[in-house]
Amino acid sequence: MSSTTTQTSVTAAAENSGNEFLAFTLGCEEYGIDILRVQEIRGYEPVTRIGNAPDFIKGVVNLRGIIVPIVDMRIKFNLGTPVYDHLTVVIILNIAGRMVGMVVDSVSDVMTLSLEQMRPAPEITTVFDSDYLMGLGSIEERMLILVDIDKLMSSPEMGLIEKMAA
Amino acid sequence: MTIDMSQFYQAFFEEADELLAEMEKLLLSVDMSAPDSEDLNAIFRAAHSIKGGAATFGFNDITEVTHMLESLLDRIRKGEMALTPDHVDAFLSAKDVLGMQMDGHRNGSNVDQSAVNGVCQRLKALSQGMIAAAPPVVVAVEPAAPVAAPAVDKDGTARFRIELPEVSQRDVDALATELGLLGTISQESLADKRVVFTLATSESQDDIVAICSFVLDPDDLKISRQEIAPAMADSPGQPFVPETVSAPLAEQLAASPAVADTKTASPRAAAKEAPSQESSIRVSVEKVDQLINLVGELVITQAMIEQRISTLNPTHHERLLHSANQLARNTRDLQEAVMSIRMMQMDYVFSRFPRMVRDLAGKLGKKIEFVTQGATTELDKGLIERIIDPLTHLVRNSVDHGVEMPEKRREAGKHETGKLTLSAAHQGGNIVIEVRDDGGGLNRDRILAKAKQQGLPVSDSMPDGEVWQLIFAPGFSTAEVVTDVSGRGVGMDVVKRNIAAMGGSVEIRSVTGAGTTIAISLPLTLAILDGMSVKVGEEVYILPLGYVIESLQPAAVDVKEIAGQGRVVKVREEYLPLIPLYQIFAIEPQFEEPEKGILVVLESDGKKAALLVDSLVGQQQVVVKNLESNFRKVAGISGATILGDGSVSLILDVAALLRASRQLNADTIFS
Repeated sequence: MSSTTTQTSVTAAAENSGNEFLAFTLGCEEYGIDILRVQEIRGYEPVTRIGNAPDFIKGVVNLRGIIVPIVDMRIKFNLGTPVYDHLTVVIILNIAGRMVGMVVDSVSDVMTLSLEQMRPAPEITTVFDSDYLMGLGSIEERMLILVDIDKLMSSPEMGLIEKMAA
Repeated sequence: MTIDMSQFYQAFFEEADELLAEMEKLLLSVDMSAPDSEDLNAIFRAAHSIKGGAATFGFNDITEVTHMLESLLDRIRKGEMALTPDHVDAFLSAKDVLGMQMDGHRNGSNVDQSAVNGVCQRLKALSQGMIAAAPPVVVAVEPAAPVAAPAVDKDGTARFRIELPEVSQRDVDALATELGLLGTISQESLADKRVVFTLATSESQDDIVAICSFVLDPDDLKISRQEIAPAMADSPGQPFVPETVSAPLAEQLAASPAVADTKTASPRAAAKEAPSQESSIRVSVEKVDQLINLVGELVITQAMIEQRISTLNPTHHERLLHSANQLARNTRDLQEAVMSIRMMQMDYVFSRFPRMVRDLAGKLGKKIEFVTQGATTELDKGLIERIIDPLTHLVRNSVDHGVEMPEKRREAGKHETGKLTLSAAHQGGNIVIEVRDDGGGLNRDRILAKAKQQGLPVSDSMPDGEVWQLIFAPGFSTAEVVTDVSGRGVGMDVVKRNIAAMGGSVEIRSVTGAGTTIAISLPLTLAILDGMSVKVGEEVYILPLGYVIESLQPAAVDVKEIAGQGRVVKVREEYLPLIPLYQIFAIEPQFEEPEKGILVVLESDGKKAALLVDSLVGQQQVVVKNLESNFRKVAGISGATILGDGSVSLILDVAALLRASRQLNADTIFS
């Protein structure tokens, strides 16, 4: 079985992102993203809808004067019925100067992973296209799916960033 | 005491840039047959100042070029040499070369040495070739009566009395040393502790001013000149020669006859349409932007306060409400004042074109007169910078495609010299910039043919206005030959996109054989908007007030359907297309029937439409927040704002909405 992410690419990704990951849950799985991309963690506030936008783009909120779009990953990746209550968490990401908020089920902790704890992800159909996976993190019995959040958020399928006409 | 001069480089470069720009502007506008002596002097002084500064910093290459420039200019302004088109061309090339040399020093960019040598050769040739005495240059001003200003005295020594403003002793000493190198100097103190130098020298007054301007502002100096050796003063047979001292003196003396001192005229001297001689401070753009942001936040906070106190009982809280009103007024005034900081005159944009048009027309062999109107019209700095590229493209188009060759113009009975006008004016909440040429106009048939060839949906009966808009289609060009100026068809769609991105629109008017006018309309302010908030379902949207004509609740009988697609509503005697906002943004409205909701009549680009909403919420001033900085462009939305309660409200892009609806209606009507 060929791995789509090899050990070298895991190393490369790790070097790019540092080794601290914020762990959060979506559905039944735990995911990890580079802590340096996380600006803050907030509760869920009512959004202003944007007409004609896809379902998973909930709308925009006012974050201390800046308009930030909020996406719900649970809707985007069909992970059960999303619930919006006082326990719902929004992770505000800052990716290359652009801010975006991501609704998740819950946030747990920040983990430092050493290279030995990071494994290449096998090529199985996961929720995320394997292009966006940096690998799997393994600590004690927990398995974190390490996501390349930069790539994911900038991808055309998220539709957050406008591609300039050539 | 050694000073590290490199800290002063930046100031020198900035000032030199301004002087070069001034020089170019004057050279382009100079009238060859009767050059204004004040202009000639100003050009001379610009070169002279640059030479002085360059010498101080050891930029010898610049000094060399400016020295030759200065010598030629000196002779011309004294009437010893006639100013000819060759001269102007050479001077303009010299200006280009100086710019290049300065960039070389400023940021290490490449200096084309052959160009430098070429310019030097030309200047040398000019100085040797044409020494024929010029016909006496007509000076537009009469010499001042009270002070018999002495005739130019090149060889004789003169005594200058130089009054300094208040400066430190160190500066006084420094000046004394420097000036002492020019001749004999003596120093006295005035009653108010200021210093007066008396300098006997054969140098010119300008040299003295140049030296002093390292330490002071030339305007603060008072210099007067006293003859010692009356060598050639007032001999009758002499041709009258423009005098550096008397000319500006005369202009300034219009009001005050009693003059003992000759005030040195600064480069932007009296009269004419000189930009106002106010003092100014250089401030970085970031600081200004931050200031604008902070004021924007203040406006929001103030709106929030207003909202929260609006529910209070007026009688119980009279004083609080009164103060809040005052706060609102102060905030509004502050806002206007701050917004005006970023406003710059259109002249900043217009000034780059005379040279470009001249060079381009020359290259193509066309004769074009370039006229600007409304150069003092102000526009936000951000927009000004973004309008430069589209305008450049349009101007080049006019020169390349619009104005015909001189022979063709003659055949058509027109004046050989075509006219290209660039104008700017305020209109409503917008600024309208027009590029007008009296050339051949757009060729309707060629455009339609090309559009059909490209497979665009056109019909022969399309109104002219829409035919002209076709030239904005990507890849469109009816030029037969691709030149390095234009013809590739990549320009116009970029122009339109850029203008739309600024929230503006473009309109074209053209008459075959007579000329073309391209009118760009831009909103005046980016950041703050007067808006009307409307509610549809649970959502509140903001309509820019500038587009709103009126609002009404129609009677059911006035609403008609057209061919099953789209509705129109009769407002007074007009039928306007009805745009249901709930349909555009897929919202669940409270009312679907127009007669139960509210219609807001909007106007954009000269066309009207009626927007159907559930209710009107209110009117307020909002701070426009950019949606695209973190998100992508949403069709029909031009931005977002934060309401008094902290929630986000989207601002409708009225122009886009109307265009979209027009398209829809046009399809239904014409198909």
